[in-house]
Amino acid sequence: MPQRPIQFWFRGRLTEVRDVSPQRTVLQWLREDAHATGSKEGCGEGDCGACTVVIGSRDDTARGGVRLDAVNSCIQLLPTLDGKALFTVEDLAQPEHLHPVQQAMVETHASQCGFCTPGFVMSLWADYEMRDAAPSREEVKTCLSGNLCRCTGYRPIIDAAQRAWQQPACKMDRTPLRATLDTLAAMPALDYTSHGQRFIAPRSLAALAQHCETMPQARLLAGSTDIGLWVTKQLRQLGDILYLGAVDELKTITHTEAYIEIGAGASLSAAFAVLVQEDPHWQELAERFASLPVRNAGTLGGNVANGSPIGDSMPALIALDSQIVLQKGARVRSLALEDFYLAYQKTALEAGEFVRAVRVPRHREDAAFRTWKVSKRAEQDISAVCAGFSLHIEDGMVREVRLAFGGMAATPKRAAQAEAALRGQPFSEITVRAAMAALAQDFQPLDDMRASAAYRLQVAQNLVWRLWLECSPDTGQPAPARLQDLQAVQS
Amino acid sequence: MSSVVGKAHPHESASLHVRGSATYIDDLREQHGTLHAAFGLSTCAHGRVRTLDLDAVSRSPGVVAVLTARDIPGVNDCGPILHDDPILADGLVQFYGQPIFLVLAESHDAARRAARLAKVDYEVLPAILDTAAAIAAESWVLPPVSMEHGDAAAALVASPHRLKGAARLGGQEHFYLEGQIAYALPREQECIHVHSSTQHPTEMQHTIAKTLGWHSHQVSVECRRMGGAFGGKESQSAQIACAAALGTWKTGRPVKLRLDRDDDMTLTGKRHDFNAQWEVGFDTEGRILGLRIMLASRCGFSADLSGPVNDRALCHIDNCYYLDAVSVRSLRCKTHTVSNTAFRGFGGPQGMFFIEYILDDIARHLGLDPLSVRQLNLYGDPAGEVRNTTPYGMKVEDNIAPALIAELAASSDYTARRAAIDAFNASSPVIKRGLALTPLKFGISFNATLYNQAAALVHVYADGTVLVSQGGTEMGQGLYTKIRQIVAHELGLSIGQVRLTATDTSRVPNTSATAASSGADLNGKAAQDAARKVKQRLVALFAEKHGVAPESVVFGDDYVCSGEIRQRFAELVGAAYAARIQLWDSGFYATPKIHWNKDTLQGRPFFYFSYGAACAEVAIDTLTGESRVLRVDILHDVGKSLNPAIDIGQIEGGFIQGMGWLTTEELWFRPDGPQQGRNMTHAPSTYKIPSAGDCPPVLNVRLFDNANVEDTIHKSKAVGEPPLMLAFSVFFALRDAASAAAGRAVPLQAPATAEAILRAIGGLP
Repeated sequence: MPQRPIQFWFRGRLTEVRDVSPQRTVLQWLREDAHATGSKEGCGEGDCGACTVVIGSRDDTARGGVRLDAVNSCIQLLPTLDGKALFTVEDLAQPEHLHPVQQAMVETHASQCGFCTPGFVMSLWADYEMRDAAPSREEVKTCLSGNLCRCTGYRPIIDAAQRAWQQPACKMDRTPLRATLDTLAAMPALDYTSHGQRFIAPRSLAALAQHCETMPQARLLAGSTDIGLWVTKQLRQLGDILYLGAVDELKTITHTEAYIEIGAGASLSAAFAVLVQEDPHWQELAERFASLPVRNAGTLGGNVANGSPIGDSMPALIALDSQIVLQKGARVRSLALEDFYLAYQKTALEAGEFVRAVRVPRHREDAAFRTWKVSKRAEQDISAVCAGFSLHIEDGMVREVRLAFGGMAATPKRAAQAEAALRGQPFSEITVRAAMAALAQDFQPLDDMRASAAYRLQVAQNLVWRLWLECSPDTGQPAPARLQDLQAVQS
Repeated sequence: MSSVVGKAHPHESASLHVRGSATYIDDLREQHGTLHAAFGLSTCAHGRVRTLDLDAVSRSPGVVAVLTARDIPGVNDCGPILHDDPILADGLVQFYGQPIFLVLAESHDAARRAARLAKVDYEVLPAILDTAAAIAAESWVLPPVSMEHGDAAAALVASPHRLKGAARLGGQEHFYLEGQIAYALPREQECIHVHSSTQHPTEMQHTIAKTLGWHSHQVSVECRRMGGAFGGKESQSAQIACAAALGTWKTGRPVKLRLDRDDDMTLTGKRHDFNAQWEVGFDTEGRILGLRIMLASRCGFSADLSGPVNDRALCHIDNCYYLDAVSVRSLRCKTHTVSNTAFRGFGGPQGMFFIEYILDDIARHLGLDPLSVRQLNLYGDPAGEVRNTTPYGMKVEDNIAPALIAELAASSDYTARRAAIDAFNASSPVIKRGLALTPLKFGISFNATLYNQAAALVHVYADGTVLVSQGGTEMGQGLYTKIRQIVAHELGLSIGQVRLTATDTSRVPNTSATAASSGADLNGKAAQDAARKVKQRLVALFAEKHGVAPESVVFGDDYVCSGEIRQRFAELVGAAYAARIQLWDSGFYATPKIHWNKDTLQGRPFFYFSYGAACAEVAIDTLTGESRVLRVDILHDVGKSLNPAIDIGQIEGGFIQGMGWLTTEELWFRPDGPQQGRNMTHAPSTYKIPSAGDCPPVLNVRLFDNANVEDTIHKSKAVGEPPLMLAFSVFFALRDAASAAAGRAVPLQAPATAEAILRAIGGLP
């Protein structure tokens, strides 16, 4: 049977691509093959946003049955577009008039050198399409968290996001698009080989499990927010690729009495939405975790499976005693997430096995949960230290405590000594100080460009102190304010 | 009649920017047969290449040629002043990431892959990485320089108070969004045309010619626009342009060299980081009586523009303040790191930073408000005492700093907020706030007098439309927009009637870099001069035709008029063409009044000064050292603005860029180990420029009501660089907050990262 090409909606019609390498990026295809040069390469690692495009995908909960997400085209592989729609900056304007977000950008003088501008326009357009009323300034900043501008200082771009709503509405009619996406969804699953490399996008868990077993050497790919960099930065050959993004069952999020099960294919945006609803103490991490385009593309399963010592979701998940659900063939097993990590970039995942879900225990009224990230920049940075804490106090005594950290060791790791210093002890300044001191036995962090070892350790200790300040029953003081909640003094 | 000058016209490319149809060099349709180039980089900070095995590179798929220093037919040098800057290192490697060979391949990807396959064996030599090691080894790219004004030693002895201090000020990566790129095209008769993303097409032309052993008239260099530059494409674009041209010379094919972000950040220079040590004497009110200061800058492995950068640091050690007796010693340290270069402010910000630090120290030592100490030290003659000569012998004749600061202090409600913040801090143990108001004064003109010249061509076509060619380049700062306004104004045209061509050395020769904030000042005057020449001929024709006095003829709204007599501009132009009248002309401008003796460091290097001030409120978290800017008020002097929207864009953008420099932007070179000297902050994942969330929630920006006292273009002032220094307010507000946390003046270092703040307040062991 001849293989079918990669098929997606582009420039208002169905586009078919054959004969490109499965690891060609969307941006390379746009700029070099389609000669669509509006999207720019600024960094090749999904950090600057000059390449931002918008991906349309089927979603019955969204208007017109299609959701639109801004993503970084420089780290997305072209075959992942199969069954989706691709929009770039060239799609927005009519010959004679600009789209409201473009017009607003002109009116607020929001471009200077203009190189980052197409990316900003696409982030703003996705936001414009996906909401029903003008965004607040905080919402705009979230929308723009994945776009860097070196010229303007951002103020006029933030203004433009709001000003676009002062013009007559100009929303895309998604009906014909949905019809095409439905047609594509009825096609057989993509199994595409070119340049000696195979790209398979199974549609069901069963098919995925089967492929994993028969091709244990295949590279599992989800949001591509890390693996994309292996391609663009390390110039690695990925070999055969098994893509998880077409398995709808992997994207489900279910609530039980005991836990929330987040499918490994659920985006970070979707996962954080549920987690924040469960416990608002997730909010601060949710806002600081990478950027919106990375959260749209990246998955919680990917963050966990990748096992990076600086992955930001794991400290909180470990603090909550989350389980990781693994599948190999028909066998499904679960284990404590903390036991999944064996050594630097080494996990308990067996050959042919894949991460199916993460189970996060439900919020407990009797336990406090906190997670904090510390980095040079508030948005879209990699942690110097990331902490997740869970604390159960009963009658002034620490019944249970879990202190987990990222950035402190070769894996995300609990602070065993510090926990021991607290567990079963009165929750008091003395025991908290003892726990802080014990952290020095738990961790020997590294010096690098993000922070010194001394800083990492001190901040880890200070975050335990903050836990005390926030959860102490008897200090009589309100918890210290968080920087992001402050406003300038009134005179 | 409406004027187009002074109006908030959008950037001339705004509509193209938002459509994605503004063409940058990598967007140009590639010519058939185009080759793609990539540099092979050294993996050693200092060493001799024993063997360079390029077999695997040559055999890599798609590779057409691999070039080394030996393939260069002319001079292997792209240094702008000295000749110490090899295009491809020849035997001696002087920083980690230095280009040692050039791959030419059929695709960008193939070139990048091949470039990593070289096997290089080094004889490793000791590497000097920072200023301390360079000073110990007396390792200089240029000899030390001293500037003396008055008797600093005597003044220090006589001072009632004396303080010693030291501070470190980090460097800065430009992080233009468009990386370095050049696209060289072969032309007949041994000529090459190069599209270069550069602030300095003429220097690219000269350097390429020198590389190939050619003459200038064989090379043309063109730049329509850059995706940002900030000084990083003044001299540093030459290595890229020369390498692309070399590839074309060697193969006869078009060659494009586009650096990926990591290579760009690894092999191109940055803002100089500085270390300073000083001793200052002052009276009980905080008035500086004497200052001795040593400024050491990390220049990297070659001189590049480090001489003039450090000279400008010297010429801005005063900022807005009168220094009666000052002695400055400037050390230009040679290190085995990338060669540092121009960056918005060009050394000026570094000089100014330290005098602000010193004034902050004095105020904290005396228990005074830093703003009052700053005001006390300003240039001026409040008590009849004349305090208006700079350390380099220039009189400050346009001093508006006292008035501007007073206006900002009132509009930002400085005094009341100072009290409110002190009250907040008294009851907030974890979060501390800080406030600071800092001024700036920045000298406008290239220090070297000869660069202060410019030329332009104005073509009026027979249909009445106008095309302007000039020597300045567009990097986003709005130069083309301003030139368009100036020429449209001169000829009484609506702005759509005037266009600019891409800057090209074959149209306007011998141009200066678009740098030193001088673009509109110089090229605007030249374009005006050219337009006026054409205009005069049109006036003469109109006056003759209609029998009116030439003085009565005015141009506006696309018409030429005298009293009731009106004629469409296009119609008059048509008549002029028919009458065989020259409808194009060239213009030229050379800045008057300026002179500079680079040996004595005395003279009048600057035509005038630009001023500004900012008041920033910040908060710090004393548990993590993290900080946030909560409110910023800015009052800035652009003279009579040519375009307030563009000027405010420069002010806000410069401020935020300066804020990044002084807060989150940290360069980190591996201090030891096998990768000693490697810049590990070579991508946005590790080098953190401000993001949208860092934009202060309250940002009030106003233009100071002023007109330039000098005869500049429409009485405007330069605006490119000065606003960067508004960000001092953020740094000193952070120091204020950190000092509140520690209960004493803390030695905060720049950049004030979370770690630097925690260290300053004593929260680190």
